[in-house]
Amino acid sequence: MSNNNSYLSNYFHRNGRALGSIGYFVLLMVIFLIGAPEAWIRPNLHQSVFVMMPTLIFLTIPLVFLVASGEIDLSFASTYAVAAYVFALLVKNGVDPAICLALGIFTGAAIGALVGTLIVVFRLSSLVASLGVLFLLRGVILLLSNSRSITIMEVENHWIYPLLVGNFYGFPMQIFWAAIFVIFCYYFFNKHVFGIHIQHVGDNSVSAEQMGINVNAVKIKAFMFVGVGAAIGGIFTTMITYTFFPTQGFGYLLLALAAVFVGGTPYWGGLGTIIGAVFGVGIIAYMEIGIIAIGWSGEWRQFFNGLIILLALLGHRLHGERVR
Amino acid sequence: MENIIELDNVTKRFGGITALNKASLKVTRGEVVGLIGDNGAGKSTLIKTLVGVYSPDEGDILIRGKKVNAWNALKARESGIETVFQDRALTPQQSIVKNIFMGKELRYPFGFIKEKEQIFEANRLIREIGFTSKLINAESPVGNLSGGERQGVAIARAIYNKAELIVLDEPTNNLSLNETQKVFDFVLNVKKSNRSVLFIGHNIYHVYDISDRFVILDRGEVVHQLNKNDISTPEELMKIMRNTIGAH
Repeated sequence: MSNNNSYLSNYFHRNGRALGSIGYFVLLMVIFLIGAPEAWIRPNLHQSVFVMMPTLIFLTIPLVFLVASGEIDLSFASTYAVAAYVFALLVKNGVDPAICLALGIFTGAAIGALVGTLIVVFRLSSLVASLGVLFLLRGVILLLSNSRSITIMEVENHWIYPLLVGNFYGFPMQIFWAAIFVIFCYYFFNKHVFGIHIQHVGDNSVSAEQMGINVNAVKIKAFMFVGVGAAIGGIFTTMITYTFFPTQGFGYLLLALAAVFVGGTPYWGGLGTIIGAVFGVGIIAYMEIGIIAIGWSGEWRQFFNGLIILLALLGHRLHGERVR
Repeated sequence: MENIIELDNVTKRFGGITALNKASLKVTRGEVVGLIGDNGAGKSTLIKTLVGVYSPDEGDILIRGKKVNAWNALKARESGIETVFQDRALTPQQSIVKNIFMGKELRYPFGFIKEKEQIFEANRLIREIGFTSKLINAESPVGNLSGGERQGVAIARAIYNKAELIVLDEPTNNLSLNETQKVFDFVLNVKKSNRSVLFIGHNIYHVYDISDRFVILDRGEVVHQLNKNDISTPEELMKIMRNTIGAH
């Protein structure tokens, strides 16, 4: 009997945070359903959410890795635009879009590597340093692009367009890719050396170092992964809208961060949940769109976003404080 | 007798402070070496250099007679040296199994982890080191364990990796009598299987009981080495220690 208890308590130790954010998501759906059933059954509400969710997933899930490693990054919101700019500019100049895609993602990884190296080598605060990079990169984009957007209608005729963001019998392909990304990240975080080392490093970096884990390398790789996710999100969005615009990505900064923490990943490192983050994204996306759909004014959106972040944090508090 | 590891005139500085000054030390196969010295004598620095957490500023490290370059913690573990650190080197939010395999996970190709195998081995190990509580299994978080149990996990890690040299840094600190006895039994078992132990301790009686040879460290220098045969009581060791420390 006591044996069962230990399995149960271990189960909750591992999955409690993910279950918590699933719970909040269900609760939110129920509230919407009761509050505005007619808006709820309209399919276009869910369609709008599904357009928004993949981008947010590409941004949020890699952040779970980074936060679990004990760091944070804000610069991803600008990396998003830099990668999209590289992609759009090259497409406009007649480069094959598949190559542009690869170069755009490479750009994201390179920025992540630079930000990570800067923070790790000089022992900077990742919050403040990445805030600096956030502004710096945005400035670079505005200067390089002369604050002008780039339209790339031609991308539609290339094979990557239907494959990545096309419509497959009414089903947007980016949802499929986001789902693949989530499954990949789930295994990468929980069953792969990369994810396991991230958890050790974020939990106690001194212990990890003593056991022969290269702490700096692990952290830099986590920053690179955030850069890659941001690049994918930026390029996908640019393809969907056929447009790069210099301010893009900024709106996702706080939403993606909110999704990480609403999803149940604690800020202190060592723990993280991919499944929780997916539902965190769901909560944020439905908040953004649902409030408008039920006919309330946009002002309520900010209010409810704030409310749900606080309530979720209070709820996740039930999973206890950091164990030392 | 084969030397498992040898430090040859190793110096380690932190800023302007010389924490280790031309220290030489070797551990041969099948022996238990006790490292003793006062607080601040450099025991910790010596250990951390020996196991690759610090790299030496001067001097050489030889593994089985061969000089190694770019010494680090991973290389030390790959050379068969496992350490039970004073702080246990655990990650308390992670499970026992993750801690036992930290840094040396059992892997499939491409870095995926053999989870089931790890859990099976971890459950076997925690029985072996005498965890009897049914509330604890391989997937329990380390943060729920007592100090002695955490020490057990750190030791289980060293057992699993079948190290040729196990370094125990203040292993009996904060342990009950019963738990201390378990550590001693463990050391004797390692010795019996013709492997080596480097035992660091404050408590002269503990070190005396368990060691075949003693190395006395003071102000970063190895000031005296003697065999157990040379003395007959811990008091004698204490006296030698008192006379050598500060006298050089």
